[in-house]
Amino acid sequence: MSVPISMTVNGKSVNLNVDPRTLLVQLIRENLQLTGTHVGCDTAQCGACTVHMNGRAVKACSMLAVQAQGAQIMTIEGLAQNGTMHPMQAAFRECHGLQCGFCTPGMVMSAVQLLADHPKATEDEIREGLDGNICRCTGYQNIVKSIQFCQSGAAVSA
Amino acid sequence: MTDMSVPPISPIGQPLKRREDQRFLTGAGQYTDDVVMHGQTYGVFLRSPYAHARIKSINLDKAKAAPGVVQIFTGADLAEAKVGGLPCGWLIHSKDGTPMKEPGHPVLAQGKVRHVGDQVALVVAETQLQAKDASELIEVDYEELPAVIDITKAEGHAGSVHDDVANNVCYDWGHGNKEATDAAFATAAHVSTLDIVNNRLIPNAMEPRAANASYTRHDESYTLYVANQNPHVERLLMCAFVLGLPESKVRVIAPDVGGGFGSKIFLYAEETALVWASKFVGRPIKWTAERSESFLTDAHGRDHVTKVELALDAKGMFLALRVKTIANMGAYLSTFASSVPTILYATLLSGQYKTPAIYAEVKAVFTNTAPVDAYRGAGRPEATFVVERIVEQAARDMKMDPAVIRRQNFVTEFPFASPVGLTYDTGNFGQLLDRATEMADVAGFPARRAASEARGKKRGLGYSCYIEACGLAPSNIAGALGARAGLFEAGEVRVHPTGTVTVFTGSHSHGQGHETTFAQIVAAKLGIPVENIEIVHGDTGRVPFGMGTYGSRSLSVGGTAIVKAVDKIIAKGKKIAAHLLEAADTDIEFENGVFKVAGTDKSVPFGAVSLTAYVPHNYPLDKLEPGLNENAFYDPTNFTYPSGTYLCEVEVDPETGKVKIEQFVAVDDFGNIVNPMIVEGQVQGGIAQGLGQAMMEGAAYDTESGQLLTGSYMDYAMPRATDIPNFNIGNCVTPCTHNPLGVKGCGEAGAIGSPPAYINALTDALGVREIAMPATVERVWRAANHIV
Repeated sequence: MSVPISMTVNGKSVNLNVDPRTLLVQLIRENLQLTGTHVGCDTAQCGACTVHMNGRAVKACSMLAVQAQGAQIMTIEGLAQNGTMHPMQAAFRECHGLQCGFCTPGMVMSAVQLLADHPKATEDEIREGLDGNICRCTGYQNIVKSIQFCQSGAAVSA
Repeated sequence: MTDMSVPPISPIGQPLKRREDQRFLTGAGQYTDDVVMHGQTYGVFLRSPYAHARIKSINLDKAKAAPGVVQIFTGADLAEAKVGGLPCGWLIHSKDGTPMKEPGHPVLAQGKVRHVGDQVALVVAETQLQAKDASELIEVDYEELPAVIDITKAEGHAGSVHDDVANNVCYDWGHGNKEATDAAFATAAHVSTLDIVNNRLIPNAMEPRAANASYTRHDESYTLYVANQNPHVERLLMCAFVLGLPESKVRVIAPDVGGGFGSKIFLYAEETALVWASKFVGRPIKWTAERSESFLTDAHGRDHVTKVELALDAKGMFLALRVKTIANMGAYLSTFASSVPTILYATLLSGQYKTPAIYAEVKAVFTNTAPVDAYRGAGRPEATFVVERIVEQAARDMKMDPAVIRRQNFVTEFPFASPVGLTYDTGNFGQLLDRATEMADVAGFPARRAASEARGKKRGLGYSCYIEACGLAPSNIAGALGARAGLFEAGEVRVHPTGTVTVFTGSHSHGQGHETTFAQIVAAKLGIPVENIEIVHGDTGRVPFGMGTYGSRSLSVGGTAIVKAVDKIIAKGKKIAAHLLEAADTDIEFENGVFKVAGTDKSVPFGAVSLTAYVPHNYPLDKLEPGLNENAFYDPTNFTYPSGTYLCEVEVDPETGKVKIEQFVAVDDFGNIVNPMIVEGQVQGGIAQGLGQAMMEGAAYDTESGQLLTGSYMDYAMPRATDIPNFNIGNCVTPCTHNPLGVKGCGEAGAIGSPPAYINALTDALGVREIAMPATVERVWRAANHIV
């Protein structure tokens, strides 16, 4: 059995027939081959699958694709514009906010949302805001620094 | 021609931004689960719900008839095909000279399951959902058996994990000088003792293990994509010990790998089963672990129970150390499990100290739990915890300053041959302690403690002075100690006609940033821009050979292999340049990317030499082969010995048990540093993992049923951003004396040095002898309020 589904992903309209059990993250990764969105835990604990749905950060591993019917979805692949990294992406590179890169797309999508909601977030508030995203590599210090760098609006170095 | 402009400064020592970040930040990374093979099927493993049970029968009828099922494999199929068991790569001998017990480690269960999650069947179907649905239709008739869970009760338990290891003891090993140690204890002025548990951890790399295996009839070869830290080792073990295939017929590719921390070193059953089955299925088979499978089946870490005693003279000089440890192997011997609580543990029990006599006994036991193997630090965190906790306890027992007792026992002369078999080549432990003391303002601690007390809080300061052995390893020494593999590294440097360079390394990056660090080394040596250098790793089809990345070995061993290959390139380049410049080989100098005739203004740039090597019209063909492509293998002559002093200061709220890390200072000596930004990141991540162990992480099994109680992120406390403080990181440099880069390795230090610093601080604050890891809020509250 399959059901029809339509949504907009990174500005492109998508029309597919999928098994109704298909998760949003499976649709993104398998049907659309947008493999920048990762699955780290299957249970909405780690945040590696974070994407934006209608402008809000959501965990794509714990939503059915059909729940995103008609939605505007943005994944990590849609964040850079015309080949230029989003300031948050650039800040992560600047501050060494990533190592293995697996949690990174979700972390960046959450961080973008965090600053959109709280442009003047303090360090404690940034750390609280990252509570839904696990990183095993960095110890978080440079992730926090990256978000603060983005917040400051400073220019990245070479 | 490529831009050959010379970089203004040597890239070594510069905090270059990472070259791999562009792809990771834009979603262009390619991890194993991102790989899609044409016509791929999906594999799902049916796993044991019991810790220990006999399989009376397996009925596949319903499952085989389920929609989309392609084929189902069980242990019987593998036995019929005479597929071997998974091997252990390190042979340990017991004190009585007998070899360790190596019970079978079947790829799919044969007659018995030995831990919850043990794989019973592989279901291959058109889609993952169909494979999962079908796996639920398999009927297995189990006869449950008593489970062996508690390691202190494993020996002599009524149940036997393996029928051929009746007492559950894998080996009973001894190391050091027992007589000298016992004699020193007999006459010591003071003896301090501690009982220590090094808690069991679940590695939790954020990328779950995954594999995609295929077979090609065209040349009867196999290709395996796998999330792995050492693809050549994976191939060697799989081909030689399990499947009986020539390596030439198997290509193993470990593409971008999302963290390893040791857990992706090993040859696991899943990828082995997939490779074997792919020939029968005739299509690629893909499997990606769900996180719950990772919790159940990734090799766990640590899990020691130890009694330690330190003998001292009246002035607090260490006379002898005696250690007795029980180490958990889990249900099967994982790839390097046997080496972790022995060779990587007892050899480090001298720490930074000139303790004259040391003796350690280690009993390794089988239990009905997941296999236990190397996890970030592997043996060295356990050794450091034992040493730094007992040294702290001795200082308290003798009412000495913990810094003073450490300093007076420091090794100060190098090389130092320790009583447990290692030779430290260099270090400066006093300098590390000085620097950390200054950075942490230890002088101001009494005032800070008084201020805390005035607010009803308890403040403590904890030291940890660690040393580790990494850069694994001199093959001959490792071999003498039981290693069944060499531990060299290989590298190839291919200069293209235009002067750009591809470097093929046997090291593997799963977050460490080799594409940047290794390029910095080559750029510095060849005097060409980093942008002109491509680093290739993780593919047995492209990289000639390799031993992979673990034990903080990439730069010191893998980097040195690259340096050796580059040296060969330069040596050959000099001959080509000599011909072009009509000079003698010996008169040619190479500097900043230019070959020069010494003492003249005659020169030729690197790019012109590389072009000549491939367009050899004007070339000494009678005595030199064309081309500029060199291979090198490097086998180190010693381990490397990173060391450091970590200082942790905590404040405890006795009313709630909440602990705040007021400061954490880490001063490390990694020898020379190529990219300080990357090194600092490694230290931060390592400390966070160590603090995770000390504060919150711990794998728990139900001691009766053997069910994993911490099988998800709801139950297993992974450190999150609110749990980990900022770290104050410094360094001192004593270059390693036996590799050309003078480097030691930095990947594991943080996880090795930090747990005792935290626990020493916490016990100092609380005024208690011991608090078990993880020192959860509840445990701290109980300790603070003397509630057992």
